[in-house]
Amino acid sequence: MASRFSTSIPGIGKNGSTDLPVLKPFAPSQPVAFNTSAWLANLPPWTGLVLLLPMMIWPFASHAGGNFTMTDAFAALIKWMPFLLKSGFLFNVIISLFAMLIGTFLGIILGLGQISKTGIIRRFSWFITQLFRNSPWLVLLFIVLLAFPFEITIFGVIIMIPDWTKAVIGLSLPIMANISEIVRGAVLSVPTAQWEAAESLAFTRQQILWRIILPQCFKRMIPPWMNWYAILTMATPLCSLLGVEEIITLSRQAMESENNHPELLVPFYSFALGLFFLYCYPIARVTMHLERRYSVKI
Amino acid sequence: MYEPVQQGKILSGIWMTIILSFYCLILSVVIGIVGAFAQGSKNRFIRGFVQGYIQFFRNTPPYVQLLFFYFALGQFTPTFSPDGWLEVPIISNVGWAIISLSFFAGAFNVEIFRAGIEAVADSTKEAAESLGFSRFQTFRYVMFPLAIRVSLPSLNNNLINLVKTTTQAYGIAVPELLYQSVTIWNDYPSAQYPTMLLVFVVYILLVGVLVMSMNSWEKRLRIPGYGQ
Amino acid sequence: MLKKNAETIVSIRDVHKSFGQLEVLKGVSLDVKKGEVICVIGPSGSGKSTLIRCINALNNIQGGEINVCGIDLTDPKLDKLELRKRVGMVFQQYNLFPHKTALENIIMAPTMVLKQDRAASEKRAFELMQKVRLEGKEHAYPGELSGGQQQRVAIARSLAMNPDVMLFDEVTAALDPETVKEVLVTIKDLAQEGMTCILVTHEMGFAREVADHIYFTDNGVIVEHGPPKTFFNKAKDPRTKEFLSQIL
Repeated sequence: MASRFSTSIPGIGKNGSTDLPVLKPFAPSQPVAFNTSAWLANLPPWTGLVLLLPMMIWPFASHAGGNFTMTDAFAALIKWMPFLLKSGFLFNVIISLFAMLIGTFLGIILGLGQISKTGIIRRFSWFITQLFRNSPWLVLLFIVLLAFPFEITIFGVIIMIPDWTKAVIGLSLPIMANISEIVRGAVLSVPTAQWEAAESLAFTRQQILWRIILPQCFKRMIPPWMNWYAILTMATPLCSLLGVEEIITLSRQAMESENNHPELLVPFYSFALGLFFLYCYPIARVTMHLERRYSVKI
Repeated sequence: MYEPVQQGKILSGIWMTIILSFYCLILSVVIGIVGAFAQGSKNRFIRGFVQGYIQFFRNTPPYVQLLFFYFALGQFTPTFSPDGWLEVPIISNVGWAIISLSFFAGAFNVEIFRAGIEAVADSTKEAAESLGFSRFQTFRYVMFPLAIRVSLPSLNNNLINLVKTTTQAYGIAVPELLYQSVTIWNDYPSAQYPTMLLVFVVYILLVGVLVMSMNSWEKRLRIPGYGQ
Repeated sequence: MLKKNAETIVSIRDVHKSFGQLEVLKGVSLDVKKGEVICVIGPSGSGKSTLIRCINALNNIQGGEINVCGIDLTDPKLDKLELRKRVGMVFQQYNLFPHKTALENIIMAPTMVLKQDRAASEKRAFELMQKVRLEGKEHAYPGELSGGQQQRVAIARSLAMNPDVMLFDEVTAALDPETVKEVLVTIKDLAQEGMTCILVTHEMGFAREVADHIYFTDNGVIVEHGPPKTFFNKAKDPRTKEFLSQIL
């Protein structure tokens, strides 16, 4: 099980290969399962509008029976839109940014740990990486929610830990593990000849790593890193299960304050779906662009 | 370690997770194969439809998809009354979870299989054609058996992701493992840490079993003379 | 071995073929009689592979006529399956199905396309394996065979359909020099049994030895043709001379 995980590195821009002569090299639009960015960037720009289409046509399709018509539902949505956007979606973005920051920082350390010369550090880093890569995100979120105290005392000062901080930590864990794999994979993708050449020039291991190897793979880590950012952003609605007041939580509250008419559900959820699309699309375009630019073979 | 109530909950949760994973795996693979075959269609409308499907499901958060399916679409499904009083929708929350998650993973599977089919060399296809095979025979006996072998590693990744994503069915109160565990956490705070550990272990085990069976499948499909 | 009175089995008349802007065939005509062995030679990019692929309708033509075994290939309602039962083709890259054993590769088409009885096809497959001198390798997978062996299985696979014409598209080009011979011997056996063969090849010695007629193509047209003796010794066209001087 371990070997499978360590050999397949989501996000690493390495084409699968095959030794079947009848088969062309397998180049899925990147590691297929996770490459949201590559796929997203392939979409024509009008897709976002298509996603919003259900909202547009909904009023006309509404059943005439109820007192509360689809038109009312839309009026409600439009009323709530600025609030959902500013207090809801913006918060999703903030959570994703913080989680990415922490996850990247820890992930780089862990990734370097995975290629450490010290066996115990290497094995420990590998274990942590696999553990968090293979656990469901939601489980990690719940564990963080429960395991972390809601307040900590430092030098007699009580600091409250709000739920959203826990969500950030919970989301940063799988990101950390995946960034760790990206770092490891990128370093391993540099041909060993580079190491040997540097060694023969009497560089130390640290020097080789920081001066020769990492600068080479830095650019290659950017596209998969951005891809994981997109995946992370799409995982932020899970925070609503922890009671964090992000877009889904607020959408629900908004619907409740509009007396929970079932007609509200489609417009409100479509709005959320559309927002995610509009946010992730430009990121995906840039990711694809960078990927193409950096896919220079050594 | 556990009281009978807790044990029952955990076991039924594990069972529900397994059922959920099982049906979603099967359904998503079927969707993937059908979708990939349809993408090779000459009809632009069919291709556009498949593309639209992939676009929608791959691009939006699976959790919001679940909510959308269950809450927004769920209100339009017909109901029936077993006892004349209760109105029970014909698709339960478990049903919606299976549908939603299958479509989510299926969207990725279509792309995986399509890439696998494209990886089969045109010349192999031509060889089949020049032996007189029809388009379906070529797909069924030559293209697909080769494509599946190329696709397996990616498929493996996606299916693992699917098993992990079943936890999100928590959001619509499907009593799977995570849901049951959380109720235990709430009812018996003292059982928090052991339950956490258990949940961790169970998911790692589930993923492990899946990976091992996929690997052995991969081995069985391995063509002598190619690969190690 | 000229078969003067035999019926014409493949007739190509003024065939034109382009890929987009690139015109690959600019009016090619040739006739093949039953039992004849034809070699098409020429520099790469001269259109010889395209020509042979047109005979099997793997490529469509834009102008001219091709008639194979009485089947008109320009007919819009062309029954490709019927054509391909008559015409066997062997490729440069063998193109065996790697997930099937040698035997399965051979019996697939007869059982699935011709709907023949499996036991009978298997018996015939064993005979064919013997014919291509690969007895004992029936249950090997293509990946376990050498290039030359794979190519001979590919030949057996095509023969299993009992075609009237066999097309060979540079079948030795991808092989190691030492295995080229075993494939050529197989083809020579076939030719001597009277199978109609059309070969695109770079093996000049083989062409001289086996062919009844040699066509030289360059830049999408047939520059010169004739029986091997005349062709190799008394080529008239300067392009042919230049080509031969480079090769021989």
